[in-house]
Amino acid sequence: MKLYCLSGHPTLPCNVLKFKSTTIMLDCGLDITASLYFLPLPLVHSPRLSKLPGWVSKDGAVNLEKELKECSGRVFVDSQPEFCLPERELLDLSTIDVILISNYHCMMALPYITENTGFTGTVYATEPTLQIGRLLMEELVAFMERVPKAHTATCWKNKDIQKLLPAPLKDVVDVCSWRRCYSMLEVNSALSKVQLVGYSQKVELFGAVQVSPLSSGYSLGSSNWIIQSHYEKVSYVSGSSLLTTHPQPMDQSSLKNSDVLILTGLTQIPTANPDGMLGEFCSNLSMTIRAGGNVLVPCYSSGVIYDLLECLYQFMDSANLGNTPFYFISPVANSSLEFSQIFAEWLCQNKQSKVYLPEPPFPHAELIQTNKLKHYPSIHGDFSSEFRQPCVVFTGHPSLRFGDVVHFMELWGKSSLNTIIFTEPDFSYLEALAPYQPLAMKCVYCPIDTRLNFHQVSKLLKEIQPLHVVCPEPYTQPPPAQPHRTDLMLELQPAPMAYRRCSVLGLPFRRRYERIHLLPELAKSLVLSEMKTGVSVATVSAVLHSKDNKHVLQPVVKPAPVPPSKKRKRVTEDPPEVLDPKPLLTGAVPLEPFLALLHKNGIMEVKVEETSGGHILHLQAEDVLIQLEEEGTHIICDHNESLRTALRDLVLRFLHKL
Amino acid sequence: MPEIKVTPLGAGQDVGRSCILVSIGGKNIMLDCGMHMGYNDDRRFPDFSYITQNGRLTEFLDCVIISHFHLDHCGALPYMSEMVGYDGPIYMTHPTKAICPILLEDFRKITVDKKGETNFFTAQMIKDCMKKVVPLNLHQTVQVDEELEIKAYYAGHVLGAAMVQIKVGLESVVYTGDYNMTPDRHLGAAWIDKCRPDILISESTYATTIRDSKRCRERDFLKKVHETVERGGKVLIPVFALGRAQELCILLETFWERMNLKAPIYFSTGLTEKANNYYKLFITWTNQKIRKTFVQRNMFEFKHIKAFDRSYADNPGPMVVFATPGMLHAGQSLHIFKKWAGNEKNMVIMPGYCVQGTVGHKILNGQKKLEMEGRSTLDVKLQVEYMSFSAHADAKGIMQLIRMAEPRNMLLVHGEAKKMEFLKDKIEQEFNISCFMPANGETTTIVTNPNVPVDISLNLLKREMALGGPLPDSKRPRTMRGTLIMKDNSLRLVSPEQALKELGLSEHQLRFTCRVQLHDSHSDSETLGRIYTYLKSALKNYGVQHLPDGTVIVESIVIKVTSSPEEPNLKVILLSWSYQDEELGSFLSTLLKKGLPS
Ligand SMILES: [Zn+2]
Repeated sequence: MKLYCLSGHPTLPCNVLKFKSTTIMLDCGLDITASLYFLPLPLVHSPRLSKLPGWVSKDGAVNLEKELKECSGRVFVDSQPEFCLPERELLDLSTIDVILISNYHCMMALPYITENTGFTGTVYATEPTLQIGRLLMEELVAFMERVPKAHTATCWKNKDIQKLLPAPLKDVVDVCSWRRCYSMLEVNSALSKVQLVGYSQKVELFGAVQVSPLSSGYSLGSSNWIIQSHYEKVSYVSGSSLLTTHPQPMDQSSLKNSDVLILTGLTQIPTANPDGMLGEFCSNLSMTIRAGGNVLVPCYSSGVIYDLLECLYQFMDSANLGNTPFYFISPVANSSLEFSQIFAEWLCQNKQSKVYLPEPPFPHAELIQTNKLKHYPSIHGDFSSEFRQPCVVFTGHPSLRFGDVVHFMELWGKSSLNTIIFTEPDFSYLEALAPYQPLAMKCVYCPIDTRLNFHQVSKLLKEIQPLHVVCPEPYTQPPPAQPHRTDLMLELQPAPMAYRRCSVLGLPFRRRYERIHLLPELAKSLVLSEMKTGVSVATVSAVLHSKDNKHVLQPVVKPAPVPPSKKRKRVTEDPPEVLDPKPLLTGAVPLEPFLALLHKNGIMEVKVEETSGGHILHLQAEDVLIQLEEEGTHIICDHNESLRTALRDLVLRFLHKL
Repeated sequence: MPEIKVTPLGAGQDVGRSCILVSIGGKNIMLDCGMHMGYNDDRRFPDFSYITQNGRLTEFLDCVIISHFHLDHCGALPYMSEMVGYDGPIYMTHPTKAICPILLEDFRKITVDKKGETNFFTAQMIKDCMKKVVPLNLHQTVQVDEELEIKAYYAGHVLGAAMVQIKVGLESVVYTGDYNMTPDRHLGAAWIDKCRPDILISESTYATTIRDSKRCRERDFLKKVHETVERGGKVLIPVFALGRAQELCILLETFWERMNLKAPIYFSTGLTEKANNYYKLFITWTNQKIRKTFVQRNMFEFKHIKAFDRSYADNPGPMVVFATPGMLHAGQSLHIFKKWAGNEKNMVIMPGYCVQGTVGHKILNGQKKLEMEGRSTLDVKLQVEYMSFSAHADAKGIMQLIRMAEPRNMLLVHGEAKKMEFLKDKIEQEFNISCFMPANGETTTIVTNPNVPVDISLNLLKREMALGGPLPDSKRPRTMRGTLIMKDNSLRLVSPEQALKELGLSEHQLRFTCRVQLHDSHSDSETLGRIYTYLKSALKNYGVQHLPDGTVIVESIVIKVTSSPEEPNLKVILLSWSYQDEELGSFLSTLLKKGLPS
C-alpha cells in the first residue's frame, strides 16, 4: 500500500493512494499563489499598469521588456496568470480509478487531471461540493476570459534566462509546469465525471474497497473520507472544522480505529482566532464607513462570505450601517447566494430547522429582499449606474490578480479614507498588494480560517487514536518564522510520517485476514466441536471461488460414482485420483481406554511394554505393534490391510481433527 | 433457519393506513404509520394491538420509518407514538420531516375542530412526536444500532418521498412506499441500485393499469379545463396542498401564459405560499430540469395563480380553483363542491385516487345523489372527470423496479386484492420469483439462506489462490482444507497448522509402517531402483523421487529395502507413511504386495 504525493501544499493536497488493487486520488487542489508573480488583469484600461516600464537586465544583456514589467521595485510577468498544478510525472494519471473530493476548494485542479490525460475513472463528491465547485471554476474561467491577453510570456521561463532574473522570480521552481487556466469546455467535461454521494453513503469500489464521505464541518458539503476494506481502514482528513459556522458539524467518531490517518488542511493561520477576526472585521468596516470611506473585501464567492454576511446582518443595525449599500460582485454571485439556500441537509441543525418553517436558512435572503445587499455579475452593466458610495464591496479574486477586485484597487487605492480588509487566508496580503504599491488606502488583515488548529487536532487524534498519521512536512516542524513555537506542530507517538511534493510513502499495514463467504450449504455441513471453553473448531473442506475480489467457499462436489463397467476391475490398480488433504490430528491416545477399546473389538492378547516415551503394545495374535506416545502413534502392521484400517479408526476415535 | 417476517397492519390488500411490520435478523421495524381516509371509526388507524395487547410499543420496535408525507402513510404517527406509546427513533427524509407535521395539524383541525371528535391526538402531541424524528438523507447509510442499517432512495411521487432498504447482516428488505418510475413536471423518477433484497415490498395502486403517456393525459386535462372556462363554467380541482398540486399549477401556469388566458386561477388555503416555499427550499429533491434552471427561473413562483378566499366561490364567471383536501372528504374542497355541484356548466376534476367512503370515490362511481349531514341530499349535476395524475408506478413501472433491484421475493401492498392477484401472476411468470400479498394481520414468512461471512487468514487464501487459481477447475476442483475457529462470536478460517498454534495444541502424528516381503535376486539397491522405475510409471501424477541415501519417496511416503545376509534374496520393503498420506500409503502397500513386474 503506497501513497504518492503530487502536491506538497498542506491545504491544497493531491495524493494518490494505492489501496489493495485500487488507485484512489485524494483531492486535487490547485495552487493559485503562482499568479502572484503576474501583473493584475484590469477590467477597465488602467493607465498606471499600462505605463509600467519593461524589464531589462542591468547590463542590458537580457531584454524582456515585453514579458516582464517593473512596479515599485518588483518585477512581474505581464501575461495571463498561471497556476501551479499537481505533479503529473510521478505516476500515470490514466491509471487512476477514482478521485475523492473533500471540499470545493480542493477540486480546482480537476480539469487538469481528468482532461487529456487518458483518465477514465469516476470522481466522487457531495452535491454542494460539485455545485459550488462548478461556480468557483466558472468564475475563474470568466475572470480570465473577460480580459484576454494578446501575448503569452514564455521566454522568462527559459532556465538560462530565469536564473538571471531578479528575486523572487529567479528562485521559483518548476515554472515549466505552470499552466494557464482551463476552458469552460474542459470544466464541463471534468464535472460530467462526478458521481454524487451523500454523507455516510457506502460506495463499493470493485468489490475490494469501500469509500464513504463524512461531514468535516468546514464548508457546505465538505467531507473527510473513510477508505476501507474489511480489515484495513484509512481515514483521509482534509479541511475539517470544529467551530460552529453554517455547515453540518464534523463527524469525528467514524474516524476511530484507523490504521492510517492522512491529515491535511489544517488552519493556515494557527495564531488567529476566527471569532476575534470576525469582530475585528466588523469594527474596521464600520469605522471606515463612518469616516466616509469605502470598504473592499476580496473574497471567494462561497464559504466564509456567507458567515460574513450573517455577521453583518446581526451587526448592521446596532452599528448604524442600515443605509450603507453592500455589493457582492461576481459572475456567480447570484448563483452562489441562491445555491446556499437549497442545501438544508448539509447545514447545521440551527439552519436546518429554519427550512422546516419554511424560511431560507441564511439571512442574506432578507438582506437581498430589503435591498441592503445587491449582487451583480460584474462592474459593467447595472452596477455602474446603481453604484453609490460609501459602500462595502465583496468581490474576487482574493489574489488581487484578476476579477473585479482589480478595478476597485485601482479606483480606491489612492485614498486613505478607504480600507481593504483581507479575510481569506490563502494569500500573503503583502504579496497580493505588491503590484499596487504605493497605496494610500488602509489595509487590515483579518484572516478567517475555521479549519482545525494544532491544539484541536492533537485532541482529536487522542480521541480517535489512529495507529499511524501521515501529514505534509510543514506540520512536523514549527513555522519557519516562529521556530520557538513548538506548540504549532504535530507531536505524536509514533512520529507522523511526513511527505512533501513527489514523495512516495509505503504505508504500514499488517493485514492478516480477508473476508470470505461460506455458502449456506457448506456452513450447514460443518460440525463444530468445543476444544476449550468458548472456543470451538470445525474442519472445512471446500472449493474456493474468487471473482471481482469477492471470495466464496463452496461445498466439495463428490465426483459421480464410476459406472460399473469393465473399468471397474482396474480401479484398484489406479492410484487415488484426487488427493483429498487429510486434517491434522491433535490430542493423545490414553493407554487404558485404548486397551479397553481393543478388548471390546475382540483383540484380547496385548502385551504392553513401557518405554521412555510411552508404551509399545504388541498385539500377539495379529502380530501388530502399536507404539503409543504423547506426540504420536505408530502402527506397524504388515499383512492385514483391513486390520490396519480398523486399528487406524480406533486410534482416531481418541484424536481431534483440525 | 434465518427468516424474514412481514405483516401488514394496514395496506394489506387495501389502499389506506399503510403500516407494515418487518422482522429481520431479530429486529422489528414499522414501515409507515398511516391513516385510512375512508373511515371515521377505529378502522381509521392500523390495529396496533397486534403488536402488543397492553402497553407501549417502544420495546417491541427497533425503529419506525415513514416513506413520505401523505396521510395514508404518516397520519397515525402521533396516535401511535403519543397515545399508544413509542419513544424509539422515527426516520424520515428532511422534506417529509418539514411537511408532515403541517399536514398532520391540518388533518387534526378538520377532525377535532370541525367534526368535533374527541379522543384524538392534540397539537402538542404532533410536536412531541416530531421530536422523535431523525432526518434521513438520500443514500446515506444510517446505523440504527450495531446490526440494523437503513438507506433511503429517491422515490419520486411527492417531494421527499423515499424508498428504504433495511439491512441486517446479509439479509435485506426494500420498501418502496409510493413511487413513480417516470419523471413528471416537477419530480424525478424513482431509482434504486441492484441491491438484490430478500424481499421487495412494493405498492401496487395501479397494478393492472399501463397508463397512456403523460403528455396525452396533460393535453386532455388542459383541454377540459379550457373548454369549461370558455363556456363560463367553474373548474374545481381537489388536491392535497403538496404534491400533484404543484405539478398541475406548473402545467396550468405555462398553459395560461401560452394561450394568454384571463380567467383567474386560485389556490385555496394558506398553505399555498408555504407549500411553494418548501418546494423552493428543497429544490434538490425536484427533477433535473427545475434544479438546473432554478437560479434563473424558479418554477414555483407563479404569476397567474392567486390565493383563494372563501367569498370568491360565489363570484360570477369562470374560474379554476385548486382546493384541499384531494378526496373531497372534508374541508374547503368539499365546501366549494357543494356550492358548484348543482350547475352542469361546472366541472370537478379528480386528479388522484380516492379511497372508499369519500365523496370523491362516490362521485367517481357515478353517484348522482349524495347524502349529506343532516339528512339533506345533494344533486350532482356538474361534470365529473377523473384524470390520473397521482404519481404511482403502473404495472410497467413496478416491473421496471423489479428489474432494477433484482429481489429474491416480491410482496405487494397498497392495492386492491383483485388487481394484486393479476400482477402477482405476472411477476411470478416473468421473473420466476415468489410473490406474496398478505392481508392485514396476515404474516408472510420467507426463509432466507444467507452466506456466512468469515475471516480467512490471508496466508491461507493466498496459498489457495496460488495453488488452485481464483476459479475452481471444473474438471478437477481443488479442495481447500482449513480450520474454522469460533471464539467470542468471531469466525476465522485458518490453516490447520495455524489453528494448532493458536489453540496451543501440538500435532499428534499418526504413522503407519508396513513391511512387504518379496523375492528378488538383485542387490538391495538394484531392487530399490526397480521399485523406483515401477512407481514412476505407475504414478504419473505424483512426485516420485529416488534419494541418494537409499530411499524412494512418493509424496511423503518413505520406501526402503533391506535384506538379511542369511537370505539376501528375500527382500523386506519398508513402507512408512503418515495419516495425511493414508490413501496413497494404503494403495502403495497393496500394490507392492503383488510384487514387481518382471
Ligand atoms: Zn402517497
